[in-house]
Amino acid sequence: MNNASPFHNISPSDDLVTVTFDGIEYILPDGANLAASLLEAGLRYFRNTPVSGAPRGPFCMMGACYDCLVEIDGETRQACMTEVTSGLKIERAHRDKGLEND
Amino acid sequence: MTEVDLVIVGAGPAGMSAAVTAAEIGLSVLLLDEQPAAGGQIYRNVAKADETRGDILGKDYTYGLELVTAMRSASITHVTDATVWKIGEDGTVAYSVNGKASLVQGRKVILATGALERPVPIPGWTLPGVMTAGAAQILLKQSGLVAERAVICGSGPLIYLIAQQMIRAGKPPLAIIETQTKSDLLNAMRHLPHALRGWRYLMKGAKLLSEIKRAGVMRVTGAENLEIEGDTEVRAIAFTHRGQTTRIQCNLVLLHQGVVPNTQATRSLRLEHAWSSAQRCFHPITNEWGLSSLETVYVAGDGAGIGGAKAAEQAGAISALHVAFALGFITKADRDKRAAPILRLQSAELALRPFLDRAYPPSDQVLKPADDTVICRCEEVTAGDIRAYARLGCTGPNQAKAFGRSGMGPCQGRYCGLTVTELLSQETGTTPDAVGSYHIRPPLKPITLGELATLEQTLTDETKGLI
Repeated sequence: MNNASPFHNISPSDDLVTVTFDGIEYILPDGANLAASLLEAGLRYFRNTPVSGAPRGPFCMMGACYDCLVEIDGETRQACMTEVTSGLKIERAHRDKGLEND
Repeated sequence: MTEVDLVIVGAGPAGMSAAVTAAEIGLSVLLLDEQPAAGGQIYRNVAKADETRGDILGKDYTYGLELVTAMRSASITHVTDATVWKIGEDGTVAYSVNGKASLVQGRKVILATGALERPVPIPGWTLPGVMTAGAAQILLKQSGLVAERAVICGSGPLIYLIAQQMIRAGKPPLAIIETQTKSDLLNAMRHLPHALRGWRYLMKGAKLLSEIKRAGVMRVTGAENLEIEGDTEVRAIAFTHRGQTTRIQCNLVLLHQGVVPNTQATRSLRLEHAWSSAQRCFHPITNEWGLSSLETVYVAGDGAGIGGAKAAEQAGAISALHVAFALGFITKADRDKRAAPILRLQSAELALRPFLDRAYPPSDQVLKPADDTVICRCEEVTAGDIRAYARLGCTGPNQAKAFGRSGMGPCQGRYCGLTVTELLSQETGTTPDAVGSYHIRPPLKPITLGELATLEQTLTDETKGLI
């Protein structure tokens, strides 16, 4: 999907929906795991830490590490425990803490 | 409140087999699991994985379909997407599904919450693009994603499995950097005669290694001083081997230092735990039936001590038989007759474990991280911080929380608890058992106040329904 993606999908889905991540549109497979789909789309940097603002992304993919936290409709959620649905508005959690406020 | 004979937490091999065994005997069973489908992490998404994925992941993965199918035909209430956040000593279990909380009363509870990857605190392990080897497998099982330009690092047979799967998917890892040494292998050799009962796994290991060799993947053992480089994401990994430093540019780093029991639920119940010096982790103390120090609670599978998927499946069945006996569904003689062949298989299944524990120990670098290495990912506390707390008189993990918030972030100590215990044990010269671990309190996973408030409504609705 994205050349920068560090992942290759061996069985891509063609049932796609649109979501936004920090205002940018991404086309992701409907009903798929959100963290996996964002990784496949080339995103790895999901949030900033509340302490130092360091960048973080998915680490355990099983709901244990909380490093894939994103903000969806004002609520902080684990991307690896969330399914892709059409129209999701996703933001980096603790984005204001980011080292480089892009 | 719903009442059932048996509540099972976790739908991996232990939970599924406990559920099937209990339901077939006639117990009412409620199975709670966080994921959208049964299987646990080992058989994750197995019912939906297509043939391509099944071929890459292999027969040991697709076998899970048998368990999922058996579960479907038995009369089991399986609640998916259920986050369990409190387990009571009396067998009450509180959980949430889609933001709505419920309470269930079990006469007995089997905890089958499995394992976590051992924390791997090395420089750069918090960078985006660094994941556990288990995470890479989950991505493949759940989403069909294969890592490209990845380096796999650490110690343990899972490394060979994921490497082989990546090779089969046409994306071999750039390198496999292993931390175990030749002397670890020599130490393990005295366990080899016993391990021969697990010959099937030894054969599998040999086959994996030969596939990796044939694919021409660079492989180093005895690597030291691993360091992951990057600013906002992984750029490279460096390590030393026989005094020489090597640096490999890569997109992803997959870390593995073995798996350890997930003790969050068992700790929250204040069950008795012990330190395993062979596996360097805590595990709840259970008897041969998986019964914990509390007569309502059983622990089955890797959550009670690492034994692997098949041993977990057997443990689930064994615990379920004991529950059925304890609740008067079967006689003691019937229980023992049914359990005997399963126990025999389980003993063969576990035969290889002491060999693996010695051959693939966690590296010194992760057991004694450098001072500036972050050990608590959530609160960004370093190994040096923990050592400084120890010098100031901090004797245990719970005091460490007060000193510097380690273990107080959203992961609730899942990925720093063992490291903090090891560090305090080293600094204070006391055993890990004496140092102890974090107290774990409910909620086991963060929940919103709104979720909590739905509980009253659920209970009121149920009460109305009864009138």
